[in-house]
Formats: sequence, structure tokens, C-alpha cells
Amino acid sequence: MDRAKKNIKIALVGSPNCGKSSLFNSLTGSHQKVANYPGVTVERRSGKYTLDNGEKVTLIDLPGIYSLKDRTLDERVSREVITGAHKIETRPDLILCVADSTNLRVHLRLVLELKYLGLPVILALNMQDMADRDGIKIDTKILAKELGIPVVTTIAVRRGSLDNLKEELTRAIDTITPPRDTTPSPSTRELQKQARIIAEKALIAEGTHHKVTRQLDKILLHPILGIVIFLIVLFGMFQLVYFWAEVPMNMIESFFNGLQSLLTQSLPDNWFRSLLIHGIIAGVGSVVVFLPQILILFTFILILEATGYMARAAFIMDRLMAVVGLNGRAFIPLMSSFACAIPGIMATRTIEHHRDRITTIMIAPLMTCSARIPVYSLLIGAVVPNDPVLYGLFGLQGLVLFGLYLVGIISALIVAAVLKITLTKGVAQPFLMELPKYQLPILSHLLINLWERARAFLERAGTIILYSAIGLWVLAQYPKKPLGAIEPDIYYSLAGIMGRALRVIFEPIGFNWEISIALIPGMAAREVAIGALGTVYALQGNEDQIEHSMRAVIQNSWPLPTAFAFLAWYIFAPQCFATLATVRRETNSWAWTSFMIGYLFSLAYLAAFIVNKLAIFLLN
Amino acid sequence: MCLKLMSIKYLSDLRKGENATIIGFEAARCQDKEFARDLEDRLLEIGFEEGLTVKILHEGPVKRDPMAVRIGQMTVALRRMEADAVQITYQETQ
Repeated sequence: MDRAKKNIKIALVGSPNCGKSSLFNSLTGSHQKVANYPGVTVERRSGKYTLDNGEKVTLIDLPGIYSLKDRTLDERVSREVITGAHKIETRPDLILCVADSTNLRVHLRLVLELKYLGLPVILALNMQDMADRDGIKIDTKILAKELGIPVVTTIAVRRGSLDNLKEELTRAIDTITPPRDTTPSPSTRELQKQARIIAEKALIAEGTHHKVTRQLDKILLHPILGIVIFLIVLFGMFQLVYFWAEVPMNMIESFFNGLQSLLTQSLPDNWFRSLLIHGIIAGVGSVVVFLPQILILFTFILILEATGYMARAAFIMDRLMAVVGLNGRAFIPLMSSFACAIPGIMATRTIEHHRDRITTIMIAPLMTCSARIPVYSLLIGAVVPNDPVLYGLFGLQGLVLFGLYLVGIISALIVAAVLKITLTKGVAQPFLMELPKYQLPILSHLLINLWERARAFLERAGTIILYSAIGLWVLAQYPKKPLGAIEPDIYYSLAGIMGRALRVIFEPIGFNWEISIALIPGMAAREVAIGALGTVYALQGNEDQIEHSMRAVIQNSWPLPTAFAFLAWYIFAPQCFATLATVRRETNSWAWTSFMIGYLFSLAYLAAFIVNKLAIFLLN
Repeated sequence: MCLKLMSIKYLSDLRKGENATIIGFEAARCQDKEFARDLEDRLLEIGFEEGLTVKILHEGPVKRDPMAVRIGQMTVALRRMEADAVQITYQETQ
């Protein structure tokens, strides 16, 4: 017995839908960390777990895979970790392979494949409750003998059912042997054959196909009813995102406003107060205000995932998404981006294929997020008369707003189609996907995942968004205005100098120097541009008053083509540091992040240019 | 007159609600050769295998694509294009 060896590391391996992540959550509870493997988009989930004898072991949850070939990034990373070839991750001491009891034949193949990789393996037959209900009976003794490894049954969703597994893990760790060399494994077909023979020996009763799933699918995958229900689910989801988020968003806003006035009163008027109030609190606050929307959206997305409905939604939307070369899985992340691109981009983790995921991330910011609405409504309110259209059925303003959404969607589809034949080109990926059995979501697992999302978002708000808010504040404040100067302070600041220099670039699209300057602090978040314009025009008062005066400024001193060009600019421009930070984190690549910034600014410029010139031509 | 005959077809020819037995794979039927290379392994890995019974459970709303089939205890969704590579045999009643 090698007691000297501490820090035992166990890798969880299993196919998608085997309940592996549930088991991981049940074993580690909230003691887990989620990150990416360096250089790739593969998620690294690790956690601590205490054995019965008090020894602490590390658990790593490898991605769900069907085999250990080198075809997908998930497979490659899993293989590298298990064989000890990974650059960062040290080789685990033990593999806990999780298999779905209700689908033994398929999952045994992976178990057999794992045995060739030289590490001791324990098999957990998960979803034992479902197997019991469906009348499936497995002789674990025969299975253990045939496979030559310990076999335990588990119900990941019930903590009490994990005692067997815990005992087996303790025993395995006590008697652990050093890893052997890997040996080449036979072909998929050969392994499949062996798996089938073993499954036939171990299966006492085959059982029936899950009845609830069968009945529910008849309705939820019905060619007409299925679409109707899907649309109701989506519609309800977005209604509730806006409806439920309103109160907490107002609360967050008043909290930051309150904090600002408190500090205004209690601190002396100096640079530090200005940095706190106009830099940090205004900048971070304008991003944190979206937290309620993000959390509510994620609650829905996690429930859809946990119940098994997400796979059905992908089924229903697949044909439509196939038109632009994506698959059905891309739909929900894109829909989420209408609330905010950040949760949308984070939700692309459900897209299995790397290239499809990148394509989806690249087009997500083209979905009109809710931070654009204040900008759109200000400009539309100022320059578009609310004439009745079609005998008063619609208003012209509403129609223009709808048009802006539509242009975003159509551009996203075009960009996706272009990317798929250029940068993200590659072998077509099969849609091939298991439709998992329906399950009730587990509250504690939901909360763990939700917390992970919230933490990731707040971490960014506390780091990169904080830094950029401070940076933008410095740009807008320094150097100070010279004595006797007439323009507002910001005119003489670095932002002002940059904005005026950028005017050469922005003049062809009709932007005046005031807009050019406002675009720089507007990088914090889209709606901040309004406040920044207010500063440039030296408008006074609270938010509503500034908006009111801005409307008058736009109506009186902006030519119409300029206002329209500004609208066109906002459809495309990546005016949001938080989104860019999220893209950097999720793609794990500066190259893709820079590409996104580049292509979106180019499109914004092009669109604003065309709109400006067209409007000048038409108005003359 | 009613006569039963066994015929070789592909999973994509099967209609909703019909049963058939998988007898093999013919990934070469795919036009995209790169795509075809891995298709057989992928089909095997997700649970398609010779001798198993498949049944079409659901079809997508547009052009009956994609489709959901039952193999053993599981339901698998795939596109018609992928189903094109699965050889089946079934009892046809004429």
C-alpha cells in the first residue's frame, strides 16, 4: 500500500447524457472550479471530494465523448489527459467511467476502449432509478467479471445512493497501482462486438423504452404542435426575462445612482471623486445592471438543458439553421443574444463542434441586444415621425425599430454563411445526436451552475470591465481644459483629441466631432454613448433630462443623414467591452476576438457610409 | 394478392412508424468524401449496429428532415443525409 502518494486524481469519463455531470455535482457539491484548457475551448471542470477516511481527492470532469479517437477537440483533450500526454494536466491515477444503465450496450464500448489506456477503471452504472422503472435488470457481478473491473450502481441525482461508489473509490485508492503503458485499442467495430457480447451476458431483462419520454415526444416533436409549443416556450422565456428582470434592474440602477449621490455629497470635489463616480461606478454599473437578465435567461437555459428539452429544440430548429451551415444547437444561444450577447456567447457551450461554436459566437453580437434599445429609441424618437402605416395598423417608428432588428438578423445569417465557406470551413459535422430521456431538473445542481455563470460575469465586471472603465475615464478627463477655453472639458481631453483625430475617418459617414468623441467612452457599453453625447454637448440634469435635451440637439443640429448613419453604425459596431471580454474568454483566442472587432467595425463603417450617402442622395 | 418480400433499402427510405433491421453501412453514398470517412464510425459509436431494429419515431417539419429513430433503448436524431448511409431491410407488404 503506497500511503506516501497523496493528492489522488480521479478523472470522470463518459458519453454525453450518461449523467456524468450530475454525478460530478453530487460528489463535489459546490467545491468546483470551471475554466478552459489553455489554447482550446474545451471546458475544464475540477472539484474536491473527501473520502470516508478523510483523504482529499481531486476530481476532474472530462467532456462527454463517445470514443477516444482524435476527431473532436473534446476527444483529443480527453485522450491526452488520460494517457498523460497533456501539457498542463497531470495524468490522473484512476478513471471513474460513468455509463447509462438504460443504454448499456452503447456505453460499454467506451469502457472497453478506456481499458487500453493503462489506468485502473471503475465503472459506475448510473441512472439506476430509470433502469428500474423501465424494467431493465443488469447482473453487476457478471459485468464486473467480464470487464475485469469493479462495477457499482449509482443514482447521481440522489446523494444517498452514492455510498457504494464511495466505498469502492476508497478501496480502489488504497490498493492503487501505478499506471501501465497504453496499448493500441482494436477498431470501433471490434470493440462494439465485444461490448455487445458482454451486454447480452449481463442483461437479465431488456426492459421497455421509457414511457414518459415516448408520450412526451409524441407531442413535443409533433411536426405542427411541436413548433407551436417551441414558439410558446421561447416567447414565454423572453417575456419573463424582461418582465422579471425589470424590478431587480431598477434596484441595481438606483443602488448605483444612490451610491453616486452619496459620494458626491460626502467626498470633496477632486479627481478621485470623479474617478469613483463617473469612471468606476458609472462604468461598472452600466454593465452589472444586466445581471438579472443574464441570470433569468440562464435559469431557463439550464432548465431546458437539464430536462432534455434543449435537444428537442435543436431538432425542431435544425432544418432552418442548416440553411446557413449551422445546426439546431446554435438557435438558443442566438435567441439569448437578443437580451444580451454575453449569456448568448456563454450558452454556446452547448454546441459540441468547435467550428460551429466559433461561427455562432462570431454572429451573436449582431442580434439586437437590450443595451441598443435606449440608443435606438432616442434616435428614432428624434428623427422618425410616428406616422401611421397601413391604415394605422403599425406606427412608422415601430416599423423602423423592427427593421433594425431584421437587418441585424439577416446580416448574421449572411456572415455565418460566408464564414462557413471561408474561415470556419471544414468537414461538415454530422447532426447525429442522442435525444435524452426527459428528467426533472435538480434544484441544487441548477443553483451550482447558475452561481458559476454569475461568478464568471461578476469576475469580468470586477476585472477587465473595471480596468476599461478606469481607462475610459482617464481618456475623457485628461488633459484638463486650458484657461479661457470655450468648448466642454471633454473636447480637450485625450478622448476629445482622439475623437477629433478620428473625425477624418468618420467624416465620410457623416459623423460630426461630437459623435466621434462620444464613441470612445461609449465602448464601455452601448447605452453609455448617450450619456457621453450629453457630456460633449454639455447638457445638464439627470438621465431623463439629458435624454430630453439630446433629442432636441439631434433634431436641431444633426443632419438627417447623420442620424440615420448613426443608427446603421449601431447595428454592427462592437461597442461593448464586456462582450469582447466574453468572446476572448469563451474562444480562448485573441485572434478570433480581434477578427470579431475588425469585421464588426468594418461592417458598421460600410453600413453607415452607404446609409449616409443614400440618405443625402434621396433627401436632395 | 398479398405477397411479402425482403428488400434492401436505406434508413432514409423508411416512413414514420415503420420498423426495419440494420444490415450495414454505406457511407460512400455521401457526396462529401471527407464527411463520409468518419460517418460509419460515428454511427456505430452512437449506437447503430448491424442486426438492431430501428423505427422512425418523428420527422422534422420541413422536408421531413431531420428524423428521430429508436434503436434499442435510445432515441437518436439524425439528418436524412446521414440516414442515407444506413442500409436496412424490412418486410414490405404489397
